[in-house]
Amino acid sequence: MSTETLPAPAGSMPAAKKSIANSAFARMAKYTAVRVLTMAVTVTIGVYLTILIANMGGYVDTIMRNEIRDGTTQAILANPNFRNLTPEAKQELIQKKIAAEEARLGLDQPFAIRSMRYLVNGLTLNLGRALHMTSDHGSKEVRLILLERLPATLLMTGTSSLILFFGSIVIALSLSRNYGNWIDKVVIALSPTSSVPPWFYGIFFILIFAAILKVLPFGGLVDSPPPTNSFDYGLSVLKHLILPVVSVIISSVFLSIYNWRTFFLIFSSEDYVEVAKAKGLPPRDVERRYILRPTLPTIITNFALLVITLWTGFTITETVFVWPGLGITLFRAIGAYDTPVIVGSTIIYAYLLAITVFLLDIFYALVDPRVKIGSGSS
Amino acid sequence: MNAFKNTIRGLFQYPSAVLGITVVLVLLGIAAYALITIPYSEAVRLWRGGEDVWYQNPRYAAPAWFNKFSKVKKPVSFRVNTADGSMTKTVTPASDDIASEEIAYSFDYTYDTPPQEMNLYFTTKFDTKLPFASIIWHTPDGREIKIANMAVDRKTTYRFSQDPRLQKSLKTDQVMSALFMDPNSETPKIVKGTYQLEIIGATFESGSDIDVEFVFHGDLYGLAGTDKYRRDLFLPLLYGTPIALAFGLVAALGTALLTMVIAAIGTWYGGWVDELIQRITEVNLVLPFLGILIMVGTFYSRSIWLMLGITIALGIFGGAIKTYRAIFLQSKEASYIEAARAYGASSSRIIFKYLIPRMVPLLIPTLVSSVPGYVFLEASLAVLGLGDPILPTWGKVINDAFADGALYQGRYYWVLEPAVLLMFTGLGFAMLGFALDRIYNPRLRDM
Repeated sequence: MSTETLPAPAGSMPAAKKSIANSAFARMAKYTAVRVLTMAVTVTIGVYLTILIANMGGYVDTIMRNEIRDGTTQAILANPNFRNLTPEAKQELIQKKIAAEEARLGLDQPFAIRSMRYLVNGLTLNLGRALHMTSDHGSKEVRLILLERLPATLLMTGTSSLILFFGSIVIALSLSRNYGNWIDKVVIALSPTSSVPPWFYGIFFILIFAAILKVLPFGGLVDSPPPTNSFDYGLSVLKHLILPVVSVIISSVFLSIYNWRTFFLIFSSEDYVEVAKAKGLPPRDVERRYILRPTLPTIITNFALLVITLWTGFTITETVFVWPGLGITLFRAIGAYDTPVIVGSTIIYAYLLAITVFLLDIFYALVDPRVKIGSGSS
Repeated sequence: MNAFKNTIRGLFQYPSAVLGITVVLVLLGIAAYALITIPYSEAVRLWRGGEDVWYQNPRYAAPAWFNKFSKVKKPVSFRVNTADGSMTKTVTPASDDIASEEIAYSFDYTYDTPPQEMNLYFTTKFDTKLPFASIIWHTPDGREIKIANMAVDRKTTYRFSQDPRLQKSLKTDQVMSALFMDPNSETPKIVKGTYQLEIIGATFESGSDIDVEFVFHGDLYGLAGTDKYRRDLFLPLLYGTPIALAFGLVAALGTALLTMVIAAIGTWYGGWVDELIQRITEVNLVLPFLGILIMVGTFYSRSIWLMLGITIALGIFGGAIKTYRAIFLQSKEASYIEAARAYGASSSRIIFKYLIPRMVPLLIPTLVSSVPGYVFLEASLAVLGLGDPILPTWGKVINDAFADGALYQGRYYWVLEPAVLLMFTGLGFAMLGFALDRIYNPRLRDM
């Protein structure tokens, strides 16, 4: 990106160019490393806080104990060496083993030490075993239950975020070009609609397109039974994706466009833009180089905050659309009172948020020249 | 005061702001009305009430005004009672002990479908000898159907559809259809006209008496309809208003004010205080807000006030802190702050008397615009099944409707009523906040 937008005079001073590129790379690497480190610390604190909240009522302890009990009982029942024991003797053996295991895992230690162990477990996604829920493959590992659901969530969040981001920028730019026309006025008038969350539009869309018009499915990921060939399968997923994605987009698009268009307008009245226009540069160039470029970092920051809010909203959007992602798993876990899954989901969400923030940070660094030039690193 | 007047005058230049103010004022009015007419404890009692509180209502009844827009007219529910005089009762004494009581109720039936159910609730007074009652049904085409003859105990409920003897004599288990439809017609057709329910009672002791409540369960009920548990949806729709407003306003106000104070303190003292606040904000950014609310709701308590507290606590260190900080950093250098320092004002005096008041105009639009988010948050929690278990809220209604598959079964009113109210609230505050933003940020005014 740097070579395209900040062209150095071709042929002249190749050595200097190389060193600039090198140092830009080094700065990027350093910036990334610093961000990774900060994020790691942030996530650690976040997960620790999650564990603290969850364990105020002793719930993480319960998760651990259940896991120990399940594991030991199964191990002893399955062990052929103990087959000849009477049930009472077996029970006694199980109890003894459980006590030993609890001592080994430090459940008899004070909370401050125990919580550190939980922290390590949480950070390594060692989330324990679910009480009632199982993954599609029948595993009770919370990690597997949740990771299995991740692709569906990423599909929905990714699609809607990307459309939202690029769609808003393109529309906002074109509106800032001819502001005051009727489309512009409509967008301004509609921007308060962004106070309504996606799941809410979802209800209305389901009502209109699924219940009344019967053109789109009520919810779910694919038709049931799922189509066998992969093209039909993809088409079916796409059909199911329309309503949730449209709900997410509708719920934030007008405000985003309005905010960004205003931002572009403010920047397009800057002196250097006027100069560029006076020089007779084509409007596209003016827009790309003199308006979009300096505003992009701020826009990305705004977008990051938007995506973070969206993450929260997806839980309910997925529930409303019966979209088999993380959100609905969390919803079902609440219904089934499956504490390990609830704590696990919260930790996974913390990770997802951190990754989102991190990616946007990196993207920010790519478009913000100050990071590369080095005047204002991190 | 002058600034306030200017703001109001400015607001009237925006039609959307006028609309927003109207919505907000209407909502405040409804909230006040709800709190005055229904005390908190009464609302909770009604909402938690079962069959004993709501037996008079049909299940799944759409609002009565549906008939205005529908071609097929559906029966509207009603109830009448001899105790309050809405059903006539004439007592004719025959001797010292014996008396006959004639109870009758006539009503026009002009609907196109039979009702859900009809019930009679007898309340009688006697010492040893049970009163006796015969129930007769007169149709508009002159038929007279004997419904039942029975001795009535102190509390007796007679359900038309569930009487096997009546089913036998009508030769169908569709009692309601048999009572309201023309038996001679080829196609099933409702006989429209005046029906009469007649109950002839006999009492055998002096002081003995019969009272009857006739409950007619149609397909439509009241202004808002009913849900699965026969509850009148008007109650949660009405009482949900003050709860939604309280949650939204308190959360918005609490978060905005505390954020501002913390941002001011951070920028004023700078150094490690500022650094700490910045770091907390960063950690807070990756804390899954809803996840934590869900954990608290599942593990500890679903009380709406606890949720409110946590919402505020987690909201304080939100993204807004950075915006405020940037502005405070500028105003910290302003000359009036320098002047305050020069006369020896303490830090707290500068923060609370000079830094923060200057920011209030900026705070107002943000505050108003953030109300819908919190109103919807409460609804979202309820939809996830983490709503306050005892309070009637809009979100709770949506949750009940979803749990019962209302959208799949075509009971749209059940979802749409609270949804529309939520939407109105959200849009009202958003439009107002939007206009306020334009007034307080002159840069936006002509864009």
